[in-house]
Amino acid sequence: MKTTIKILSTLLIVFLLSCGGKEKKKKESFSYDKKTTTEATTTTKAEKVPASKTIDLSNKGIGPITSLALNAEINKEMAAKGEDVFKKMCTACHRADKKFIGPAPKDILKRRTPEWVMNMILNPDEMTQKDPLARALLIEFNGSPMANQNLSEEDARAVLEYFRTL
Amino acid sequence: MKNLIKSAVALLSLLVAFTSCNNSDQSGNKSGALAGNVAEKVYVAPGEHDEFYAFISGGFSGQLSVYGLPSGRLFKVIPVFSQDAEKAYGYNEETKPMLNTSHGFVPWDDSHHPDISQTNGVIDGRWVFINGNNTPRIAKIDLSTFETTEIIEVPNSAGNHSSSFVTENTEYVVAGTRFSVPIPQKDMPIKDYKGNFKGALSFISVDPEHGHMDIKFQLIMPGFDYDLSHPGRGKSHGWFFFSTYNTEEASTLMEVNASQNDKDFIAAVNWKKIEDYVNNGGGKMMPTKYAHNVYDESTHSATSTMKTEVLTVNPLDVPGAVYLMPTPKSPHGCDVDPSGEYIVGSGKLSANLTVHSFTKMLAAIENQSFAGDAYGIPIIDFEASLAGVVEQPGLGPLHTEFDGKGNAYTTFFISSEVVKWKLGTWEVIDRQPCFYSVGHLMIPGGNSQKPFGKYVVAMNKITKDRYLPTGPEVTQSAQLYDISGDKMELLLDFPTVGEPHYAAGCPADLIKPRSKKLFKLEENNHPYATKSEADTKVVRDGKTVHIYMTTIRSHFSPDNIEGIQVGDKVYFHITNLEQDYDVPHGVSIIGANTSELLIMPGQTETFLWEPKEVGVWPFYCTDFCSALHQEMQGYVRVSPTNSSTPLRWSLGEDIE
Repeated sequence: MKTTIKILSTLLIVFLLSCGGKEKKKKESFSYDKKTTTEATTTTKAEKVPASKTIDLSNKGIGPITSLALNAEINKEMAAKGEDVFKKMCTACHRADKKFIGPAPKDILKRRTPEWVMNMILNPDEMTQKDPLARALLIEFNGSPMANQNLSEEDARAVLEYFRTL
Repeated sequence: MKNLIKSAVALLSLLVAFTSCNNSDQSGNKSGALAGNVAEKVYVAPGEHDEFYAFISGGFSGQLSVYGLPSGRLFKVIPVFSQDAEKAYGYNEETKPMLNTSHGFVPWDDSHHPDISQTNGVIDGRWVFINGNNTPRIAKIDLSTFETTEIIEVPNSAGNHSSSFVTENTEYVVAGTRFSVPIPQKDMPIKDYKGNFKGALSFISVDPEHGHMDIKFQLIMPGFDYDLSHPGRGKSHGWFFFSTYNTEEASTLMEVNASQNDKDFIAAVNWKKIEDYVNNGGGKMMPTKYAHNVYDESTHSATSTMKTEVLTVNPLDVPGAVYLMPTPKSPHGCDVDPSGEYIVGSGKLSANLTVHSFTKMLAAIENQSFAGDAYGIPIIDFEASLAGVVEQPGLGPLHTEFDGKGNAYTTFFISSEVVKWKLGTWEVIDRQPCFYSVGHLMIPGGNSQKPFGKYVVAMNKITKDRYLPTGPEVTQSAQLYDISGDKMELLLDFPTVGEPHYAAGCPADLIKPRSKKLFKLEENNHPYATKSEADTKVVRDGKTVHIYMTTIRSHFSPDNIEGIQVGDKVYFHITNLEQDYDVPHGVSIIGANTSELLIMPGQTETFLWEPKEVGVWPFYCTDFCSALHQEMQGYVRVSPTNSSTPLRWSLGEDIE
C-alpha cells in the first residue's frame, strides 16, 4: 500500500515536473496544450531550490553514523582506497564530477555533513524513505533509487575521503 | 487498497460461511478438522516465519519444492532434474552442463526421495539429496543457496528408486536400482532375465567439507527389484537396509508374476565391512560411462565430466556383508526407528506390518539361523529376526516414520489412512483418514535419531474433489496432521508441485541463519564477469560475439549496441552489480531461442542469441527492479552478414 502511494506520488510529481519543463518547447507536430493544468505547480516548484543544490550542513541523516569529525588534512592513502571502492561499487550510477543516473559527489561536503553522506551510502533505503533531503533527491532523480551496495563502514569512510579530493 | 477490499470481502464471506455452518445441520461431517482452534494452529501471521522447512519432492516435475510448516505455504521450487525457464536453469550456458548424462542432455527426470544431510545421526541442514528415477542420477542441493550444486549419474542402474538416503554422518548417499538389468548392458533376450540380470546398489561417498559426491562402490546383487532403503543408525550404524520385490525375477505381467512369493526380502548390507574390503584393494573396476556435474559457486558455472569406470563388488566376495530377511508380500517401506533397533517392513500386499529386530538379526547371523540362500546370499530364518507384527492395522502399508517418543506412523494406501502404533507393544493407538490414497509421509527429522514429532505431512496420490476443480488434471495434494497429542488431528490440506513422493523436513532455525542473501561481486570468478561499468565491452571473434554487460537499478550497460550481424552467435554475459538483498535483474531479447536470465546480486549469467533478421531489436529487464524498471531497456542493431557497420556500444550517449 505504502509503495503504491509512493510510486503514484512519485509518478505524479515526475509527470508535473516534466510537463513544466517542456511547456516552452512547443513542437509543430505536437499540438496538445498543457499550459492550464501545469501552471500552478510550475510556479510553486520554480521557487524551490532542487535538492541536489540545497545546502544543509546541520542534517546528519538517519543511520549508523551519528558523529564524524574530519581531519583538516586529507588522508591520501584512504582517499586512494576510496577511489578504488567508488570505481567498483558506485560508477554504475555516479560520475565523479557530473550528473549521471545520480548526482555528482564533487563538492558534496559543501552541501552536506559527512555523517549525512555516510548514512546515504550505508543506509539508503531508510534515508530515501525518512530523510526529507534524500527523499527529495529520489524524486529529483526520477525515482532512481540509491542502491545499497553493502559497503563496510570502513569502505564508506574511504569513499568519503575520496570525495574530499574531487 | 484493492487488497484491503479483497480481504474485507474474504473476511465477510468467511463469516457468512461460518454462520451458515452453525445454522445448518452438518453433523454428518466427520473430517475431524473442524475443531475450533485448528485454523490457529496453521496460521502464520503476515511477516512471521514458519517453524519448519519441508522439502517435498516434485515427482514427475523433476524438481524439489520448499514449503513452510505448519502454514503449507510454497516458498520456492528448486530446479533439479528439469529445465526451469523461470530461473534459466538448464537454459543458460552456466547450468546446461548440470543436465548432461551419458545419454546426452536430458532435460527432465522424475524426482523421488529427498533426504537432508546428517552429522552424528542428527539432521544438520547443510544439503538435501534427491534421486532422479528415470535416467538414474543423484543430486545435491546446497541449503545455503537453495540451488542444485551437483548431479552424479548412476551407471548400471535403471529406475533409481531405493535412493537417496544418507548414513548418519553423511558418509554415503545410497542409490539402489529398481529394475535389474544386464550388467554390463548387452543385447540379449528379455526372457533370459532370471539369473542373468543384476541389481546394483551404489554407495556414493560424500566429502564432509564440500559435499562432493563420488561412487565409492557398487554392490552387484541378484536380479530383484530394489524398492526403498534406509540406513541403520545408532547401534545399527554401518548397515543399510533395502526392501525388494519381484524376487520371482519375472520380466512381464508383473502385477501377477511379481506377486507369487509369500515373502520377498529386506536385504541387510554391512557397508562398513564392504568399505574395509574396497579400502584394502577389494572389488573389480569395470568400464562404464557416467556423468558427474558440479556447479561452482564462485564461477557461477557448472562443468560436466564423463567418468569411465566404476568399482563393483560381488557380495559373495565379502563374507558376512550381506543377508536377506524374509518379509511378507512385496515390501515397500523399509524404515529404521530412531534407536536403530527396529526395521519396519511394509509389505504392501500384506495385511500385517513386519518388524525386524537388529539385535535378533545379529544373533541369527551369529547362530547361523539360516533358512537357505539366494544366489549364495544367506537368507535368515523369518522367525529368527522377527521383533513383532502389527496385526491388521490397515490395507496396503507403504511407509513408516517415527516421532522419537516411541510411536510409529504408517501410511496405508488402500485403506487411505495414517495409523499410529506403538513400538515394542505393536498396538494400534490411533488412525486418521487421508484424502485420498496416501503414499509416503514425513515427520521433520523422521529419518534420523532425533525426529521433531510435532507434525506429520501425508502425501496423497489422489486429490479428486478436495479443491476447486481445474479440468481433468487436478492439483497434487498433501495434508498436515498435528501429532503432538495422543490422537492425531488433521489440520490442513495444501496443494503440491508434481507428485509429492516423499519429503524431508527440519526446524527452520537450522537453515535460516545460513541462508545466503547475495553473492559478493569481489568473489565472482566467472570468466566473463564484468565487475564495473568501466569494463563493459563487446568483443567479436569471427562469427561469435561476446557482450560483457552489467545491470544495476535501472539500466543495462551498454544499452545500445551496433555492429551485430545476421548469422552471429551472440553471447550476452550479464553481471548483476547490485550488492543488496533481493535485487535480481532479469533479461531477454526478442526472438532468443532460450529462456530469460534471472541474475542474483553479484552473479554472472549467459544466454545465447542468434539474430536471424536485420533490424533494431529491443531487450529489457524481466524482473521488476525499481520505479524505473520499465525504463530498463536497450537496443541491438543487427546488420546484414558482412556489413561494414562497426562494432560499437554505449550507455548514455549516442553511438558515433
